[in-house]
Amino acid sequence: MKKHRMSASDIAFEVPVALFFGLFTLLCIFPFYYMLINSISGNDLVKTGQILFFPREIHFKNYLDIFKLKDIGNATLVTLSRTLIGTFTCVLCTTFVAYILSKKELWLGRLWRRFFVVTLYLNVGLIPWYINMQSLGLTNNFLAYVIGVVNPYNMVLAKTYIESLPQSLSESAEIDGAGPLKVFFRIILPLSKPIIATTAVFTAVLQWNSFTDTLILMQDSKLYTLQFILWRYLQSAPKVPPVMGPGGTVYIMPSITSIKMTISMVVTLPIMFVYPFFQRYFVKGIMLGAIKG
Amino acid sequence: MAEAASRLAKKKLPLYKQRGFRLFLLILPFVLLVLALNYFPLYHWKNVFYRYKPGLTMTSEHFVGFGNFVNLFTNKYQVEELVAVLTNTLALSGLNILALPIPMAFAILLSELRMKRFRKSVQTLTTIPNFISWAMVYAVAYTIFSPGDGFLNRLLTSVGAIDKGIDFLASPNHVWLVQMAWNLWKSLGWNAIMYFASISSIDSELYEAAQADGAGRFARIWHITIPGLMPTLFVMFVLNISNFVNYGLEQPLVFQNVFNLKRIQTLDLYVYNQGIAGFSAANAMIVGVFKSIVSVALMVCANSFSKLIRKESVI
Repeated sequence: MKKHRMSASDIAFEVPVALFFGLFTLLCIFPFYYMLINSISGNDLVKTGQILFFPREIHFKNYLDIFKLKDIGNATLVTLSRTLIGTFTCVLCTTFVAYILSKKELWLGRLWRRFFVVTLYLNVGLIPWYINMQSLGLTNNFLAYVIGVVNPYNMVLAKTYIESLPQSLSESAEIDGAGPLKVFFRIILPLSKPIIATTAVFTAVLQWNSFTDTLILMQDSKLYTLQFILWRYLQSAPKVPPVMGPGGTVYIMPSITSIKMTISMVVTLPIMFVYPFFQRYFVKGIMLGAIKG
Repeated sequence: MAEAASRLAKKKLPLYKQRGFRLFLLILPFVLLVLALNYFPLYHWKNVFYRYKPGLTMTSEHFVGFGNFVNLFTNKYQVEELVAVLTNTLALSGLNILALPIPMAFAILLSELRMKRFRKSVQTLTTIPNFISWAMVYAVAYTIFSPGDGFLNRLLTSVGAIDKGIDFLASPNHVWLVQMAWNLWKSLGWNAIMYFASISSIDSELYEAAQADGAGRFARIWHITIPGLMPTLFVMFVLNISNFVNYGLEQPLVFQNVFNLKRIQTLDLYVYNQGIAGFSAANAMIVGVFKSIVSVALMVCANSFSKLIRKESVI
């Protein structure tokens, strides 16, 4: 659009609209800011509700202290491992299946393509799913977090992408005697970096945020994730046990309010850090999905 | 000729030696895994005809035919609860459908602004809530609205407007609207992204021609932008219709409490509350199976509707 000076009617339009968007943006980020200042301000000030807009008596001790609480330290480990292992295996296997399914000569190819895509729309219901997981021995089992290695949505994205790659590359490698595995690892994977990045960030966020699987499948507190622990802390106020430090010293843990604010921050910060860098991948993902989905 | 010959040669090979079958063997483990995780639960649908308690193995002794159905549909209280659950699901999903044009309006208005930096930062910052979990959204709700730690209560107390914090989250009033608002807070910025892309793909010559003809800002929006975005809105509408009964478990689950339960319990939450947290697995199974069937039917209907109107399948 041509640049020209704003007329009075432009100003009458732009100012209230900009004001509205400013307010809504504030609404979206202020809660996180409030959590942040409450997690780094003096714990007694936080407890008595004196931290409203600005942090006071800034300290970062809470971020070390909460990991000394057994449940939170353990949940952090579980969440990190499920995110790393789950993302790696899921992206690798999903891309591999997508590659094989993109092959024209695959035996009963149409059937298998349908077989995987249908799971996108197959809603079996919570209880049958639960009974099934139970009968497979996947309740109270870390494996349940990472076993869904074929994500149908990502598979459709990856298959579309692989099909758009020039066929000649893999064909010439095959003529040279390379098997499908070698072609996949040497040619397809390196060429699929953009789609792998997109599916990887989506999978990682999904894994990090996952909450109901813990709630339904896990009774063993060793397998609780951060999201689940956070929810439990918010639901009730469990007693904070004193923690034995080195040499038998007893740490007095921060107040329950400070703990709630700090776990909330721990759960959010990775997303906040990762999101701006990967925004274009997220946007690309939703666009591809809109075309194909 | 050559092709036909090679095809003949291929035919002669036994199946296990064929290239295509070798390829299939490579994905066989994944086929079995998906079969076990995604398809096999369908077999457990048979449990609607059995007396079922979690942990009990199914044997024919427990076969009760339609007994579970009779139990569920002849109990007055359970029927009443089911009606409430259905109403909640329809109301919440219905409100979401009514809210569909909001992200479109958001995208149109924001793209009309001239400050590019401001536009970009609004776009980025408003999408962040989409990437946090519902458990975390509840944490946000807690930090703003809880009686002791919540920002709003602290603010109101410190200016002396109230003496004691108000427990907003336990309020039984306007539950549907409140949930719709949380849903909007979480997804508005993200859902607008699709419309931004559609707006940028509208031919800019159209705008220039309209401007030359003296069309004002609102005329351009009304006659060019909105018609250009209708296909996207339609796709969103069809997707929402096909997910009408699947309101999702997480949102109502994290926000539920004894005060708002009557208004917040959706089909998915009912199945969870009865079957996993409670002791009526049979009722939960029946409702869940009905829900799955209705959901598939809606999906097929919505898709054929889309084919009819836009000659294009959404699913």
